[in-house]
Amino acid sequence: MAKRSAPEVNAGSMADIAFLLLIFFLVTTTIETDSGLNRKLPPMEDVVDPPVIKERNIFTVVVNKNNDLLVEEKPMQISELREAAVAFLDNGGGKGDDACDFCQGARDTSSSDNPEKAVISLKNDRETDYRVYIAVQNELVAAYNELRNREFARLNPNLGLSFVEADRRYSDPRTSTSDKESLKPRLAEVKALFPQKLSEAEPSKTN
Amino acid sequence: MSKFKKKKGGDLPAISTASLPDIVFMLLFFFMVATVMRDSTLMVANTLPAADQVQKLDKKDRVMYIYAGKPSDRYQDKFGTQPKIQLNDKFATVADVGAFVLAERASKRQELQNVLTTALKVDGETNMGLITDIKQELRKVNALKINYTTRNGDYSQNLK
Repeated sequence: MAKRSAPEVNAGSMADIAFLLLIFFLVTTTIETDSGLNRKLPPMEDVVDPPVIKERNIFTVVVNKNNDLLVEEKPMQISELREAAVAFLDNGGGKGDDACDFCQGARDTSSSDNPEKAVISLKNDRETDYRVYIAVQNELVAAYNELRNREFARLNPNLGLSFVEADRRYSDPRTSTSDKESLKPRLAEVKALFPQKLSEAEPSKTN
Repeated sequence: MSKFKKKKGGDLPAISTASLPDIVFMLLFFFMVATVMRDSTLMVANTLPAADQVQKLDKKDRVMYIYAGKPSDRYQDKFGTQPKIQLNDKFATVADVGAFVLAERASKRQELQNVLTTALKVDGETNMGLITDIKQELRKVNALKINYTTRNGDYSQNLK
């Protein structure tokens, strides 16, 4: 018996077309999203009356042109910087109005009064390497994050999140609005306890 | 008996490739969805420094990129080996940064103009002088939100 089938459309070249498109997208694709350290620059206008900050509330970090670190007038390795910054921010040496009831530091009167007043001043030379500068920035942000994590865990013991995780979830566009609403005040509370006061001073000139 | 006897050729039947386009289309759609187009070709060396306290960058339409670093090998005989700034597809000087930011800002939608971030994609070997100059320019045009774009990793990788 003669068998007759309906004529089929030849789809043999479909794979070729699809491959062509596939290869185009494979070549142009970059899947990972960028990440980095967010910073805010100070506005340009001159402050008429710069606030007076007590010397003990400033934590000076200087990176010179040989990429060496000078912290509070003493040389230091980058590996020790995080610890030193935490000790400074968490010191809580203030009395009366300046007292800090949540600080767990040494309460040294020659160091910062409370985290709100504590300022980290980062100075670099024009010949400092960018990668070293980023390493220093990273350690200073890490010090803030460490303290914020601690306070976040203390204030929200049942959440099971650290500050950094909560912040990441908050900025993730996939998080639902109700979750965001509940995270927002918690994050703001911790940020108010340890405000990130990291000043990037204008660079010193190389002589 | 011969009625049921199949024709028996010596060779194996060909594997059907009819579902191949389906598989390829599946892959195609995946890459189409996951893709982010690269909008400028890099003309500078761009080994980003490592950091681990990173935050994700904002959505792509709210970011403008400034690249800096040594010109890549093929541009070195023309532009030298000193670190340079790259804006869009051109080498630029520090003085061009302000105009670039203003032009980028003007090209964005009204509601995004105040939330723009400037991502600095700078090679790790660059001196801070150049970055400080860029930062001063950004302050002049009031583009204060910046992001030092880094790769994920421990800071100690930067110190070698």
